[in-house]
Amino acid sequence: MSDASSNMHSENAGFSLGAILREPVVLALFAIIILLGIGEAVSPGFARGDQIIKLLTVAALLGFAAAGQNLVVLAGGEGIDLSVGAMISLGAVIAGNVMDGANGGILPALIAAMGVTFIIGMVNGLGVNLIRIPPLVMTLGMTSVIQGGLVVFSRGIPSGNAAPALMNFINQPVVFGIPGVLFIWLLLIIGMVFILRATSFGLSIYAVGANPQAARLVGLPVKVIRTTVFGLSGALAGLTGVFVIGYTGNSFISVGDQYMLPSIIAVVIGGTSLAGGSGGYIGTVAGAIALILLQSVLTTLHLEFWGRQLIFGGTLLLLLMFYGRQKSARI
Amino acid sequence: MKSILSAPKSGSTVSKRPVWLVAFGSLVALVLINWFLQPSFFDGMVMHSNLTTFLPLTLVAIGQTFVIMGGDIDLSVGSIAALVNVVTVTVIAMAGGDAASVPIGLLTGLVVGVLCGVFNGLLISYLRLQPMVATFGTGIIFSALALWVMPQAGLSVPEVYWMTYSDFVLGVPTVLWILIAGFLFVLFMQRRPFESHLKAVGGNRAGAFQSGINMSFVRLLSFALCGLFSGFAALCLTGETASGDPLIGQSLAMGSISAVVLGGTMLSGGVGGAIGSIFGALLLGMIGNVIFFAGLPFEFQTLVQGLIVLAALAGGVLVARK
Repeated sequence: MSDASSNMHSENAGFSLGAILREPVVLALFAIIILLGIGEAVSPGFARGDQIIKLLTVAALLGFAAAGQNLVVLAGGEGIDLSVGAMISLGAVIAGNVMDGANGGILPALIAAMGVTFIIGMVNGLGVNLIRIPPLVMTLGMTSVIQGGLVVFSRGIPSGNAAPALMNFINQPVVFGIPGVLFIWLLLIIGMVFILRATSFGLSIYAVGANPQAARLVGLPVKVIRTTVFGLSGALAGLTGVFVIGYTGNSFISVGDQYMLPSIIAVVIGGTSLAGGSGGYIGTVAGAIALILLQSVLTTLHLEFWGRQLIFGGTLLLLLMFYGRQKSARI
Repeated sequence: MKSILSAPKSGSTVSKRPVWLVAFGSLVALVLINWFLQPSFFDGMVMHSNLTTFLPLTLVAIGQTFVIMGGDIDLSVGSIAALVNVVTVTVIAMAGGDAASVPIGLLTGLVVGVLCGVFNGLLISYLRLQPMVATFGTGIIFSALALWVMPQAGLSVPEVYWMTYSDFVLGVPTVLWILIAGFLFVLFMQRRPFESHLKAVGGNRAGAFQSGINMSFVRLLSFALCGLFSGFAALCLTGETASGDPLIGQSLAMGSISAVVLGGTMLSGGVGGAIGSIFGALLLGMIGNVIFFAGLPFEFQTLVQGLIVLAALAGGVLVARK
């Protein structure tokens, strides 16, 4: 398990097959291929092109939410955003009410949803960095505040409708049988990778996450960066909310709850360390796809609900065992 | 990773003032406000019913404190409670459903709770899985097992079970006996080396390892205790509802974490104590009460409760920093 050799040098253990296999992205890709194989074997047609595109559309929704989560986790300081689910619900409800079924309202809806969630995300960030409330607690508290606000606003009745153009954008193919939302996801992936690898902001996120003291000493605004990532996480969750209402057609106040913990899991099984400072969005994308695929395969297995859940939980632990393990305390 | 330099600083804040003081003060204030809003608050009946409502979360919060003091977290407590609830009810029914089968059911339930905690502990302290994600995963598994044992809410427990739970023993409500027992257990644990070892592990992993503490075992024990207390909470919930429900206890995970933090225990580990968590859990319950009796329109209650809890958490952090 943790013999002396695997302590200091586990990261640069070499180019052995085992080391490559333990690369999160590779592992997630393997998981994706195996899951597709199982799905196709159990229910022929599972791995057909249009089915895969449907799966990717669902994965994209999770991918948007997980992008923000990814930034927060990377910036370290025990960073985590548990308000992602509530923010998605909020974004969906705001967008639904602003556009109210009219195509002309899509842009205002997008601006309103992302604006409000960005501000709430910044409040999260300020609570964490100025008052120094632990992120877990701050965002958990914010979740109940948002949920409470949604109850006041909507009185629990579903309200607001998606504009037809938005629904088409998410559910209907635009080019080559691919819906528009997947192109947006591709743009986001390119954008995230570019920001994280080639901009000073992105590199600062890694620096702040890996070693805040050192980052402070070289003059990086640690608190500003750690606050901004919460704002971005909020805005990305708001964007997810807009797409979610496009996907489902109308919004209800708990529509985003189902995304909260999966957004964290996609980040973790994608190889981003919850301690911050290492990982990236490509892994998270693979993690999100693997997660959605797993759920989908389990649905086709004609198991009872508890059986599906049992396999889901077990697979999660298995994935964690491969590469979600923490460093040993021995030094 | 915590640096070695920061450990003594956080250690010295503990000795000056008990961490639970803020929670206790707020609790007293809320009790007075509640008394003002609801003059019958101190009636035996009202106190009894309030305590019955608050007790399960209080017990889970005690268990959660041990895990958090060790620098970990347990998101599976609600699922453990659900599993223990359905196992207890099912075992009692299988053993004949009479008064004599109740102890067998209680004992089996508690064993299941401890086993769940040990499973968590093995994964996290020996296989070194990340606690938050791992207990989320095990929580899914425990919930699945609960649904397997009992697909739908149902089965009732013998009358003697819920009668004893809602009744008095030697003139004192059973629920108060349980709370007192929880308190005494916490005081007892404070005097055991286990708790200082746990805080050492939570506050400074490297230092604890170098001083020869069996870290993995200490963390395993904290998860086992958390499982045990989730089990106790489940038995109380069973006494309250008198039946089995595989979906019971879903709010316990987040509620217990809030209670622990309100009680002055640091999420980063190493600082705190379960006394504060007891006050924190009662505080959470009282916040709900006060909002109810303040006569706010129903739809505003969740919002105001959320804002107050958030403000209390922020306030607690600010006070603790001074």
